[in-house]
Amino acid sequence: MAVDRFLTFIRVFLVTMIVVGLLAFIWQQFDPENPFAQWRNPGARGLTGDQFKGLLISGLSQGSMYGLIALGYSMVYGVLGFINFAHGEVFMVGAMTGFIASDKFQANGMWESNFLLCLVLIIVMAVFFSTFTAVVMERVAYRPLRNSPRLIPLITSIGVSFFIQNFVLGLFGPSTKSYPRLPEWLSKQRSILTFEIAGTRLLVLAVAAASMAGLWYIVERTKTGKAMRAVAEDKEIASLMGIDVNRTIVTTFAVGGAMAGVGGILWGLMFRSVTHMTGFLPGVKAFTAAVVGGIGNLGGAMAGGISLGSAESIAPLVILEPLGVPGVSQLKDAVAFTVLVLVLLFKPSGLFGERLSSEDRA
Amino acid sequence: MSTLTAPMPSSALDQDWKKVLRWGLICGGALIALCLVGMPVELDRREIIERYLSLGYVSVVLVPIAIGWVSASQVVLEGFESRKQGLFDLVTGLVVGVIGGGLLSLLMVALDSWNLRDPLVNWSPKLFRFLTYENGMGFGAGAWIVTCGVLGLAGASLHVMPRAVRRIVGIVTLGLLSLSVLEEAVSDVSEGFGLEWLTDLIYAKKGGLTLTSTIVVGAVMVVIAALTNGRVKAVTNRYRDMEGVERQKASIILFAVVAVLCIVLPMFLGKIMNELLANVGLFLLLALGLNIVVGLAGLLDLGYVAFFAVGGYTTAVLTSPNSPWFAPELHFGFSLIFVVIFAIIVGLVIGAPVIRMRGDYLAIVTLGFGEIIRLLFMSDWLGPYFGGAQGITNVPGVDLGFATVKGTDPRSVFYLVLFFCVIAIYVSWRLQASRLGRAWMAIREDEQVAEAMGINTVSAKLMAFVVGAVLAAFSGAVLVAKVGSVFPTSFMILISIIILVVVIVGGMGNIAGVMVGSFVLIGVLGGPKQPGLLQEFQNFKLLIYGMLLVFMMLKRPEGLVPSARRSRELHQDEFLQDAWLKGDKPGIDDDADDEDAAPVPVGDGGGEEE
Repeated sequence: MAVDRFLTFIRVFLVTMIVVGLLAFIWQQFDPENPFAQWRNPGARGLTGDQFKGLLISGLSQGSMYGLIALGYSMVYGVLGFINFAHGEVFMVGAMTGFIASDKFQANGMWESNFLLCLVLIIVMAVFFSTFTAVVMERVAYRPLRNSPRLIPLITSIGVSFFIQNFVLGLFGPSTKSYPRLPEWLSKQRSILTFEIAGTRLLVLAVAAASMAGLWYIVERTKTGKAMRAVAEDKEIASLMGIDVNRTIVTTFAVGGAMAGVGGILWGLMFRSVTHMTGFLPGVKAFTAAVVGGIGNLGGAMAGGISLGSAESIAPLVILEPLGVPGVSQLKDAVAFTVLVLVLLFKPSGLFGERLSSEDRA
Repeated sequence: MSTLTAPMPSSALDQDWKKVLRWGLICGGALIALCLVGMPVELDRREIIERYLSLGYVSVVLVPIAIGWVSASQVVLEGFESRKQGLFDLVTGLVVGVIGGGLLSLLMVALDSWNLRDPLVNWSPKLFRFLTYENGMGFGAGAWIVTCGVLGLAGASLHVMPRAVRRIVGIVTLGLLSLSVLEEAVSDVSEGFGLEWLTDLIYAKKGGLTLTSTIVVGAVMVVIAALTNGRVKAVTNRYRDMEGVERQKASIILFAVVAVLCIVLPMFLGKIMNELLANVGLFLLLALGLNIVVGLAGLLDLGYVAFFAVGGYTTAVLTSPNSPWFAPELHFGFSLIFVVIFAIIVGLVIGAPVIRMRGDYLAIVTLGFGEIIRLLFMSDWLGPYFGGAQGITNVPGVDLGFATVKGTDPRSVFYLVLFFCVIAIYVSWRLQASRLGRAWMAIREDEQVAEAMGINTVSAKLMAFVVGAVLAAFSGAVLVAKVGSVFPTSFMILISIIILVVVIVGGMGNIAGVMVGSFVLIGVLGGPKQPGLLQEFQNFKLLIYGMLLVFMMLKRPEGLVPSARRSRELHQDEFLQDAWLKGDKPGIDDDADDEDAAPVPVGDGGGEEE
């Protein structure tokens, strides 16, 4: 059919662009004077090794945050089969809580004198408020819609997202909030395995890894986790097995919310600015990450986050710049969405496979 | 069938205290949240009844009434005889209100003793003065506990009143509120008709109704409400029951009245009202397009703004002399041809990859496309062609030979928008009943079954995308001609979502519903940047949009003016159960024709079923 031919054309076209861009980039690295390397972009000289490593690290640390948010999307999709569009807002609530708490800590000097304690405290607070938001959201907006057609809860979640954004705007005002600086001993550059890493990014990676490990333990090793997996597989059978489905769903939301809260804090520490709109783009990108990794698949969500983050930071310079596109850094977000379209065109079940119950797979 | 009776409480104090406490806490929480968001203080500037009541107090007062009503309502189970409501429910409402008022007083104490201004921007002495009526702590706290209690009681008492009384109370309250709130519109209209003396009589000089006019108008409304009791419903019922030629005749008369009103009314209106109508029309055009994509075909397109942008940019490039790359300076009419062509191309390009995805992936991917298109228009890459962040300015208006449609003359813009809206309405009306329209509805209900029935789902879905894209592109073209410039920031995702709210609140899949939705939401609350009649709500309208969307999805997913078929889809279980309870049916075995047996739900707007 015409549509299929068109889609094949799009696929071939996109792959060709990527391959040409990559080849031109590689050629540039070896021989910048080569006509093919200069074909579209005569000024380009490729990247130095340090630049490339820097891109990789920033992609990794940003990607790990996407991964943390993506876990919430993935778990809710696995259990309830709908996209919780408002999950990005849960993340924003975490970041906002972190800002308020850290701002207060800085005001009374604790931020400098006892940073680690402050960090633990703001993470606990952010996790609390994010979890609270997620759980209330489930109770008020999603529970009554448990059995309605798939698009209804999605539309509801768009409304919830809108509401939370503007509620936070009303409470805290439209100004951009900036996190206090990290203490010098933590944020200074370090060199690990020839990689130059800012301490902040190292902290982000460490906390993300720790929370991922915690989540893995909960889901795979505890009874609650077992219940969650059972409910994701088949709600009815799970309830026949004596699992309290409602409670498990609330737990799912809570755990997803907690992860988003941690992600929010890390976001705040890394980019140091939060507004009421902070949740939107990371939210959509995290969903992309969840799809890239295969929705319902928790390891996949984390891996998807990291690959999306890396793609987003590397692809503009490695693929688009050799193709002669000016101002590539503006196209970061466009790249993320293109990755989503690409994955859905080539492998709709994600890189690591979906884990959904049979009814949700339709 | 034997009727069962719900359990009766033995006395008025035999309450389910846990439930009452919960609702009380919800009431208090809602009141505190409302205050901290800053709505009451900001709305306090607008008077409803001169010197006695401002919109700020109305916004606070509505909360206990609503929650009192909800807390006192009982779950009516099918087949059970419901308990008669009385003193018991009044006590519930009263207690809920008192708890809410108590929590509000706690907020007052907190406001007085701590300063949390730093994170909470609305934690101000202004709020304290507002809450205490500038009369000190004790008075304020006592007054709010009493008023909230009374209001909760009032909310609950709505359940107890006879139906007719409740209707009168509702009409009078709503009528007075809207008369006062729509002051600007009413004075503008009456000025056009030379009735200034009437508005001078009703409204106070500084805005708001005067006390005497409130009483007089209220009394008039009571009379009107009592007189029309039941008649309005009878007329609509008669219209609904009409058949064939008779109905056609009635429809034509109705249509003619609306048409004459649309053509004549703007001549009597001032600039502000015409501007408002033009905005409503622009969004109506968008909403009609989205209604085809979401309402008829069931494809949740969150990147609808992309088509809006394509229409806008095509017009700007082709008509403006300031277009940086290619400036043929065509006439608006000529450029429309290209607008249609590009809209079709973009509709196909965006539609083709997403068409086979499942519904929710489609939503996110289209959202991605909407963002990609905006980012591309903004980027340095396409900057040389589309002006980047600076946009394209100096777009000429529409030269019609005898007049020029320009943003400075909102009346002419309104007529231009009206022209496109009429086309859009005609197209969607004809499409609904066509083969294609029925194919869309079949796809919406069940895609696999539709495919099995021989519908080419791929081409039908693509057609939905294309038709929706063309309508949105028209809207974009008119917007650009109206504003005279185009910037990437005019095409935020926000617009897609607001249009979605309009379609959903109005009623998915129903032309009349979409019209009602855009008039009520865009006209009263305003669009993303365009102010509506309630300019005071400017800062809160997005909050209200979000709340409305959630509320509608929970309580009335079929919208204010539902399409009969859509609401049957959404409430299928209930219809089946109703039919079963009535004993109309032997059982589940003839599920096949439940479409015919299911009772038609409330309000079949516009009669698009035939």
